[in-house]
Amino acid sequence: MALEANYGMVGDFYTQNFTTTHTGDGDTLILNLGPQHPSTHGVLRVVVELDGEYVKKAEPVLGYIHRMHEKMGEVKTYLQYLPNMGRVDYLHALGWNWAYVGAVEKLMGIEVPERAEFIRVITCELNRISSHLLWWGAYLLDLGAFTPILYAFADRERIMDILQMVTGSRLTYCYYRFGGVSADIGEKFISDLRAFLAQFKARIPMFHELVTGNMILRGRCVDIGVLPVEMCRRYGATGPVLRGSGVAYDVRRFEPYSVYDQLDFDVPVGKAGDAMDRYDVRVAEMVQSVRIIEQALDKLPEGPFLNPDLPDRFIPEPGEVYYSVEGARGKIGVYIVSDGSPKPYRLKLRSPSFSNLSLFAELSQGTLLGDAISIMGSLDLVIPEIDR
Amino acid sequence: MTALLANPLVQLVIALLALLGFVGLNGLVLVWMERKVVGFIQRRPGPFEVGPHGLLQPLADALKLIGKQLVTPRGADRPLFWLAPILSVMPVPLCFLPIPFSPLLTGMELNVGVVLILAFSGLNVLALCLAGWGSNNKYSLLGAARAVSQSVAYEIPLLLTVLCIAFQSGSLNLNVIAGHQSGILHWNLWVQPLAFVMFFIAATAETNRAPFDLPEAESELTAGHHTEYSGMGFGLFMLAEYMYMIIICGMAAVLFMGGWDGPVAPGWWWMVIKIYAMLAAMMWFRWTFPRVRFDQLLNVCWKWLIPLGLANLLATALIMKLVG
Repeated sequence: MALEANYGMVGDFYTQNFTTTHTGDGDTLILNLGPQHPSTHGVLRVVVELDGEYVKKAEPVLGYIHRMHEKMGEVKTYLQYLPNMGRVDYLHALGWNWAYVGAVEKLMGIEVPERAEFIRVITCELNRISSHLLWWGAYLLDLGAFTPILYAFADRERIMDILQMVTGSRLTYCYYRFGGVSADIGEKFISDLRAFLAQFKARIPMFHELVTGNMILRGRCVDIGVLPVEMCRRYGATGPVLRGSGVAYDVRRFEPYSVYDQLDFDVPVGKAGDAMDRYDVRVAEMVQSVRIIEQALDKLPEGPFLNPDLPDRFIPEPGEVYYSVEGARGKIGVYIVSDGSPKPYRLKLRSPSFSNLSLFAELSQGTLLGDAISIMGSLDLVIPEIDR
Repeated sequence: MTALLANPLVQLVIALLALLGFVGLNGLVLVWMERKVVGFIQRRPGPFEVGPHGLLQPLADALKLIGKQLVTPRGADRPLFWLAPILSVMPVPLCFLPIPFSPLLTGMELNVGVVLILAFSGLNVLALCLAGWGSNNKYSLLGAARAVSQSVAYEIPLLLTVLCIAFQSGSLNLNVIAGHQSGILHWNLWVQPLAFVMFFIAATAETNRAPFDLPEAESELTAGHHTEYSGMGFGLFMLAEYMYMIIICGMAAVLFMGGWDGPVAPGWWWMVIKIYAMLAAMMWFRWTFPRVRFDQLLNVCWKWLIPLGLANLLATALIMKLVG
């Protein structure tokens, strides 16, 4: 009685609209996953239509953490906008730092000293490891394993301590500047980082031993959410999601920026494109990031960390520029149109999570609810990045 | 006085009151133990602030839960909604009644002890079902549906393994079953290792513990059947979960490990040691394994546990016929 009384026209625009277009014969349940839900990792909302435990249709609803980053870009000067970048993807803040700083440098033709490039590589890759570690813990949390995240956080904490030394913050870094970085890395940073890398390399086999081979985990990941290459292309998926499907596309390798062409690293790829492949790719990427950091530390040249001949004000000539880097979640792109004023005329952020989320609706169709959660976790979504 | 104590009804009341105290005390101890075990597994100290080594933490938690406002969600079926948590703890003392902690320390010796426990612990499913239906919440409803199909499925292998032991001992009286296994080498564990493993798996599923905690799978259903419960409503569900863990581990100790029997100085303390060792194992499972998927859970039961259980039962019956 009570249940029926509350049906009829309840919910908001999305649920009602969803109800009128849903696929079932009326014998289905419309369920809102989120905006507050333990496994949407933030304020993502997914309206799903359930037939028993099967997901008939899923539709992500965005906009719960929209902060108008792109509009803010139009009303702030180039330098003022820089701190926004740490807030777009809070887990890989330095990737966004780099994409924006790189775009402005390209637009204004600012030279970056060699040492600054290497410092950027070191810190960005370190940030990538911390992002992947958090994903690793959170994904296993989605699958119901509570403990791994605490092991991941033990390592992530050390990374944050190391990055704090030079950036001054622990999460939403604003470290890169037009023409370099804001502070040089010192002896303490390098020795701490080397100690961390040595220890972390021994930790990854332990992670594998504890988690990767587990029968239940494999049952939840293998052959779940098989993502064909063709579908990746349609939705513009990038990063580990695309590489998990077997396409070795990595911006660092195919459109080398900074000093990545001087460094030796592999681009791990998966075969089947299932959740397990995406898992393997991310864990292998952490190993590759360690390799990159070690090489960069060895090659680190002396010199200035910030271009000494910077202009007093950053006012580019009219024109447009696109600059992309490889973020932890995929290709981060920044597109700036300048009209010759101190503020960008238009600023567009291409966020990898947005593309990766958009394929969720198709990928989760017909799966069990538990699988849909597993698939969503394996896409490694960061909601603020989707909403920008 | 002695005449009064000899009255079986008075004895029953005393036993039930004592068991209620036992239930409450163990609930507190288990909450503390679970948090310490998970702390150990996750390499952190666990509760440490309230009392020495956080010993008073569960007491503080219980007080907090009691002090909280009880919220009935809009559209909920009020009587059913509040009946559910009560119904889930109510049978607990009854389930403890036939479990022998020692030949003397038995709530009530019953010829159908095993059946009594299984029958009354089955009521818990009803409580979860009511909670899911009465909450007017879709997550709760899904959780309840999962709870019912899981419990129905896993009661069968549980029964099949219990039957093996009953065949061997020729009795459903837990005191008799335990009495048959004096001396560590005579424990049923060595005769029926397969049954023990199956019993333990089924018991973990039956008590909705991870990796089989699908009715409350928080990454899928937020909190499943107890999503809408606040304060002591939730507290009772939690207490019931811990109590059913003790009951099922107590059954395992009696059926497979000789109950109060031990290598030295047999007595009720051995029973407690065995129960807590098995509880620690269950906690260990929960904090190390990921959760299985719902269809995988049912597949394990219908495709593996039930056929294996049946085969084991048939083999036991055959051997008993030939030997006995």
